[in-house]
Amino acid sequence: MSITENHAPETGTARVKRGMAEQLKGGVIMDVVTPEQAKIAEDAGAVAVMALERVPADIRKDGGVARMSDPDMIEGIIDAVSIPVMAKSRIGHFVEAQVLQSLGVDYIDESEVLTPADEVNHSDKWAFTTPFVCGATNLGEALRRIAEGAAMIRSKGEAGTGNVVEAVRHLRQIKNEIAKLRGFDNHELYAAAKELRAPYELVKEVAELGKLPVVLFSAGGVATPADAALMRQLGAEGVFVGSGIFKSGDPAKRAAAIVKATTFYDDPKIIADASRNLGEAMVGINCDTLPETERYANRGW
Amino acid sequence: MNTPVIGVLALQGDVREHLVALAAADAVARAVRRPEELAEVDGLVLPGGESTTISKLAVLFGLMEPLRARVRDGMPIYGTCAGMIMLADKILDPRSGQETIGGIDMIVRRNAFGRQNESFEAAVDVRGVPGDPVEGVFIRAPWVESVGAGAEVLAEHDGHIVAVRQGNALATSFHPELTGDHRVHSLFVDMVRADRTAESL
Repeated sequence: MSITENHAPETGTARVKRGMAEQLKGGVIMDVVTPEQAKIAEDAGAVAVMALERVPADIRKDGGVARMSDPDMIEGIIDAVSIPVMAKSRIGHFVEAQVLQSLGVDYIDESEVLTPADEVNHSDKWAFTTPFVCGATNLGEALRRIAEGAAMIRSKGEAGTGNVVEAVRHLRQIKNEIAKLRGFDNHELYAAAKELRAPYELVKEVAELGKLPVVLFSAGGVATPADAALMRQLGAEGVFVGSGIFKSGDPAKRAAAIVKATTFYDDPKIIADASRNLGEAMVGINCDTLPETERYANRGW
Repeated sequence: MNTPVIGVLALQGDVREHLVALAAADAVARAVRRPEELAEVDGLVLPGGESTTISKLAVLFGLMEPLRARVRDGMPIYGTCAGMIMLADKILDPRSGQETIGGIDMIVRRNAFGRQNESFEAAVDVRGVPGDPVEGVFIRAPWVESVGAGAEVLAEHDGHIVAVRQGNALATSFHPELTGDHRVHSLFVDMVRADRTAESL
């Protein structure tokens, strides 16, 4: 290979995909279903929007099979804002992912919020130029997704419930398992990899770094500024907010308040100010009353 | 000892990577989110991130005017990607209400190299950085459409300006903080050091 070939610009590298998520850190990514909502989100200071046809709360209500959104709708949102636009594909539905890539979305969320298309396999994410974010409830699941090419990980808190309890569980679980690895010697890391059902190289990397090799966000159940700050104090590097904004009384105000609380997550005075007079929060669902079959976190493996 | 204290504007973006790179380039690095924290640093890095978000938060939390004042007074400042946009005197097609700090007489086009699928890595020769070209990581990156007489072009890629310096202000379209190669940060730390020496004379 000649030197010039060596220096030819290269797209879709792991560094470019993971680096994109690094740029989103400290920010809020908001679910939107129309170009108007996307503009409200951008004006409120969102770092990106997730374009979808129905927010998770409505997907729960409506039932049926939830699929990738209409390309027209996604393009309408891409045209409306200058911030990055993400969109969801079903788990294992790599053709939906191919379509989303062809539409020019900036990140694909292979999401348990949609109905899984494959009960065994997730999509091979290395095969794409567009980076992927995937959900995880624990470290092993996160590392399996990274092994498949995910460039960003998020918790799998129960979307559409307005209840942060599951996201807290996932974040704590991932953090605790990473902390445990830190104390392991080389002999123990092989057994840990087996137990985590994850590649040894990734397990070793996490043990050395003391963190995932990709950005970790919280997702699911955030409804208030304090929820967002809680997730950041628990170690999330940023926050996805789904139904919590546009299912509330005053979306523009709540969106801006959650952005402020995400940046100043460790300053209770600022979080208090951001929490004043926001109008009604989304009503929410108690996760322990959710039947197992309606728990999205059980989707994916 | 002449170890400069350099802040990283920590409203949003890849703050951690800049803190690591600055420390590796022998500076004391700390996050800056408040006007009183800004007052304590010898120089400042504006990280990569979303320029609309960073600009809004800077206005909202009373940082925009103090930032402009310090840049006017000659505080060394380095912006990557979104940070480059923040340092531009003019943005082409700004989002409604998007303000910049300014400091470099240049016009910047946001996301000029395209969306994420067009994001890329390429070798870039940067004037003032000795040795091999820098590994440039360009993520939804801006480029500089044109510069005024006072600004010096330090690098181009594919015929577009991607690194600029004007006095104590430095800007790159790409992200040296993501590569583990700290030479551009060393260049900036040297700028801060030189500024401190000049001030103490």
